[in-house]
Amino acid sequence: MVNFREVRQNLDEKKKLSGFFNFRRIERSEVRGGEGRHQPAFDSYIENTLRYYPERCFNCRRCTQVCPHAVFEEGQDRALLARPEACMECGACALNCPAQAIDVQSGVGCAWAMISAALRGKDMDNGECSCGDGENSCCGQRKEKAPPCC
Amino acid sequence: MSENEGLVCRHMTKKNPNGQNEHQDTCSQGKDTSRSPCCPGTPDRATPSCTCNGYTPPTVEIGDVTGTITFINRLDHFLTRWGVNRSGHRIEPGLYRLGNPTPDSPVVVTANYTLSFDAVRSALQGTDCYILVLDTKGINVWCAAGKGTFGTDELVHRISATGLESIVRHQTLVLPQLGAPGIAAHEVLRRSGFRVEYGPVRARDLPRYLATRTATPEMRRVIFPLRDRLVLTPIELVHAALPTLAAAILLYFLAGPLAALGAITAVLTGTVLFPALLHFIPTKDFSTKGLILGVIAAFPFALSFAGDPPSPSGVNIMAAIAALLLMPAVTAYLALNFTGSTPFTSRSGVKTEIFRYVPLMAVMAGSGSALALLLAILRLTGVI
Repeated sequence: MVNFREVRQNLDEKKKLSGFFNFRRIERSEVRGGEGRHQPAFDSYIENTLRYYPERCFNCRRCTQVCPHAVFEEGQDRALLARPEACMECGACALNCPAQAIDVQSGVGCAWAMISAALRGKDMDNGECSCGDGENSCCGQRKEKAPPCC
Repeated sequence: MSENEGLVCRHMTKKNPNGQNEHQDTCSQGKDTSRSPCCPGTPDRATPSCTCNGYTPPTVEIGDVTGTITFINRLDHFLTRWGVNRSGHRIEPGLYRLGNPTPDSPVVVTANYTLSFDAVRSALQGTDCYILVLDTKGINVWCAAGKGTFGTDELVHRISATGLESIVRHQTLVLPQLGAPGIAAHEVLRRSGFRVEYGPVRARDLPRYLATRTATPEMRRVIFPLRDRLVLTPIELVHAALPTLAAAILLYFLAGPLAALGAITAVLTGTVLFPALLHFIPTKDFSTKGLILGVIAAFPFALSFAGDPPSPSGVNIMAAIAALLLMPAVTAYLALNFTGSTPFTSRSGVKTEIFRYVPLMAVMAGSGSALALLLAILRLTGVI
């Protein structure tokens, strides 16, 4: 007998190992070949943390509505990952996906905030580290110097 | 007349001379902290249901606004763009009436940042609707969504605090698309019963969206045109102004007026020219774009340093090299910092850039400074 709940938990926990479906790599070569405008050496933005598990998608189309860069496209039975390299990791799709079919390490792509964090010995990947004037923001100590991203 | 209306509205929402909005705020505070005397300083306008026992929900006060942008509003927008009183450009969170809305009128949600709120109300001029303002601490929708203040919790709280359920029949909210990074639509539905619809990215598309309740692909895409980039340059400039001035003064005394001008040029190139030319500079990385632009900006300076009265020891060449090392490093660093202002750079990408190019910038800046310092010492000691 297979304990389905356990299997599913396992899948959720170790999704990078099981059920991991990385469309990005397939698409990337297409995109790179298609665009050809920039040399990869001068493009730090090809790689990102967006992961899509299409087998979980039930086609509610939320991701196609929330993405400001048309990363997802409407498909016949499920959403299609159309422009993964355009993802800016805002996290809107993952948060709004009721099926948890999307995973992305969201954060603000703000060099100022990250460099400030690194200089102060904080974790650059800390999600709390963002711009603005909140107590948790890295720029909080120097309010008037907060970067204009907010 | 309309100018006057706008003025009154701003006062009412911000300074509340008639005590209306302040009243509401005090009430909700009284509810949270339970026993504290509710509406203590309420002047003449006693609200019947605002009881001080903390159990009766406060009367929903709905502010009235117009879509008119007054001179005062424009002044406020101008000051915001220049970074004056950075986090003070707020309006009172809560529900606002635009025009004469009925229980079937749409509810549009926005942030309590004057630029956001004014964009929404001016775009919806002539439309009867409700505007639900979330408390985002005076931060725009997208950044607040990224931080979570424009979030599910605040939205659910604001829905119940304003008693929205009893005001509209349809139980539907139109949210800005860029608020989505903070909102889980299915969670909002589960917790409040309100259905979330994601409207367009830009407030100016709201009337078209409300007419059809569908967003075209163009409405869904975020773009970063010249105008949007240029409005950000004042604040970039303001942030860099003080260190730049200090560096320019230092350089003026150490190396002369041309070097001081070089420092100012490097900063202006990074903060104003770079955003303006962003899409036209080759390469995709901001650092390399900045380096390219910086080298171009440094070239005239390098040439004029090199072309100074010839000196046998190659001092002029050294000065030129210093300019070519320092100026692009400064420009590239400022360019890299512009990533936070754009609507398309990913965290992963920016991190990759930092690890790839910040060491190079540091080496350039360090060796350039060392060279400049050496020249300054030689000059001051009278060797050259």
